[in-house]
Amino acid sequence: MVLTTNPKGKIVAKTGNEAMAEAMRQIAPDVVAAYPITPATEIVQIFSQFVADGVVPTEYVAVESEHSAMSACIGSSAAGARTMTGTSSQGLALMWEMLYIAAGLRLPIVMAVVNRALSSPINIHGDQSDTMGARDAGWIQIYSENSQEAYDNMIQGMKIAEQAKLPTMVTTDGFIISHCMEVVETMPDDMVKKFVGEYKPERALLDVKKPYTLGALDLQDYYFEHRYQLADAMNKSKQIILDVAKDFEKEFGRKYDLYEKYRMDDAEVALVIIGSAAGTSKVVVDELREKGVKAGLIKIRVFRPFPHQELAKDLANVKAVAVLDRSDSCAASTAPLYAEVTSALFTHSGGKAPKVVNYVYGLGGRDITLEHVGEVFDRLVEIKDGAKVGEILKYINLR
Amino acid sequence: MANLKELCKKEDLLTGGHRLCSGCGAGAIARQVLLAADTPVVIGSATGCLEVSTTIFPYSAWKVPFIHSAFENAGATMSGVESAYRSLLKQGKLKGDIKFITFGGDGGTYDIGLQSLSGAMERGHKMLYICYNNEAYMNTGIQRSGATPLGAHTTTAPAGKVKQGKEQNRKDLTAIMVAHEIPYVAQSVVGHWNDFISKVQKALATDGPSFINVLQPCRLGWAYKPEDTMVLGRMAVETCMWPVYEVVNGEYKLSMKPKEKKPIVEFLKPQGRFKHLFKPENKGILDAMQIEVDRKWEKLLKLCGQAS
Repeated sequence: MVLTTNPKGKIVAKTGNEAMAEAMRQIAPDVVAAYPITPATEIVQIFSQFVADGVVPTEYVAVESEHSAMSACIGSSAAGARTMTGTSSQGLALMWEMLYIAAGLRLPIVMAVVNRALSSPINIHGDQSDTMGARDAGWIQIYSENSQEAYDNMIQGMKIAEQAKLPTMVTTDGFIISHCMEVVETMPDDMVKKFVGEYKPERALLDVKKPYTLGALDLQDYYFEHRYQLADAMNKSKQIILDVAKDFEKEFGRKYDLYEKYRMDDAEVALVIIGSAAGTSKVVVDELREKGVKAGLIKIRVFRPFPHQELAKDLANVKAVAVLDRSDSCAASTAPLYAEVTSALFTHSGGKAPKVVNYVYGLGGRDITLEHVGEVFDRLVEIKDGAKVGEILKYINLR
Repeated sequence: MANLKELCKKEDLLTGGHRLCSGCGAGAIARQVLLAADTPVVIGSATGCLEVSTTIFPYSAWKVPFIHSAFENAGATMSGVESAYRSLLKQGKLKGDIKFITFGGDGGTYDIGLQSLSGAMERGHKMLYICYNNEAYMNTGIQRSGATPLGAHTTTAPAGKVKQGKEQNRKDLTAIMVAHEIPYVAQSVVGHWNDFISKVQKALATDGPSFINVLQPCRLGWAYKPEDTMVLGRMAVETCMWPVYEVVNGEYKLSMKPKEKKPIVEFLKPQGRFKHLFKPENKGILDAMQIEVDRKWEKLLKLCGQAS
């Protein structure tokens, strides 16, 4: 494999996996513990070559399962080391127990997650069922639309995690981003190093002169407070994410927010969507705008903490909204993003809310095309013009 | 050999006031491990009796850094701690010698944690893994494990009208660890403090992973008088139910050979978990157990280059 490293920063062609591995090289964590899984394997594979070539000072722990990957990350982070990993789908599912523990112990581990469908039936392609299943684990979740965002989010993620004392996952859509070559602007090593800064944990197991016990038994008299503190930290991390985005824009010029508003200023019909399909949908929005339809789009970047108040404000004046979910919660009613968006509107829009419908699309890597998105907008325009909403949950391109 | 006079002068790094049962051997194991170490240590533990009884928030009995994360991953968790140490040391961000020791009960080691332990040993992390083996899931209330001996009564393999306790022999985890070809593997027992402390010291001096399987009588699960813990441990050695030996770089060495090998009933009789085996109709099980113990003992003697 030919590895491209860009110590001086430039415009290059990179897949999502390569972009994430490049961000990891520049962050140069103390420890990476990981286990291979399609389609995330490349990230840690490329990174282990950096280790083998002495490009990074990292200890690479090639563990025997994803459960052990997250366990080793927990040990490493608790020891006081900057720690990263990467996984996907079944790997994330196997880590599930340890995800909650990493969050409960308030360890700033950063994990690249390449979104992939969950078994069964087994499928290696992109959908977001895996990370949606981990949405309440106490991890910050940052989703990416393309390789550039994946790279930028990894770098911001490290800083966010350490400031918030919360583990953070940065995701891309399996194959669609992870294996797709795109133009990426990488930054110079020294600038990234300066941006991320030195990791100085308040407490560390290896600080043997100040011994402390981590992972104690917490009963009825303390557990509740500790879980509250975790939820509180998640709430407060919203400001940290915004501050880090501001710093990032100042240093590197690219602007980030909790979500991206695309042509939303006067939008009457809009989509709310996560990940790579936002790119496809923006093309449709542009086409509709040319035809005079006031279409817009909101692309969720930060799903945890979820931007309830902000989103309700931005959607309140829209007439009809479609929430597109690349996962299904099997709740027999609606999917995860729809539940969050409508909950936000119900709670925070002051009684003025659009009609909202839900679509599940792209499970197991099923294509979503311009035509599919166009049909969704056609329905939204009809609803805006007074048509009945009808069925709330529909499935796109389902045979 | 450990020197009792010297050990007495050392600070006790596991304080009293923890919530282990009276007569529990796990506390003795932990204290002896900490006495054996001459450098700073980081301690890890799988979920289990030792962990829940010594770390009830906001208290901790540990005067050294301690980490617990989950049940099945003590090996992996300590892999991460040890890797962090090597990374920070290499980068000059840290100085000094630190040893890494992790505890797991037999449930957390023989069963649910076996994969994580195997991975950690194969990767060669410089850590000592100690299995405090009380031969059942004692923390959850005496359920059968892969370490439970044939015939023992547990709450998930109980003695009843048609079954007489566990129907399978325990697995030989120590042999599995030997098969990993790590530099130091040993069996020891609560009741022979010098044997155990000496082995911990050897393990900590080893340049690579090490493993000690220490038999720990459990007064609750084995159902005997709390004051008999040490006596029972020693009886396990004298009956060859639990031989103590070490395997250094693949070479077997018997640590203790009973002057007179006692019949296993002397070990079994004081324990409530074997009570049902002393009914006349269960004599066959006792005989089968003795045959199995004899077979394993002969095999061990051969491995140690000793004729019986």
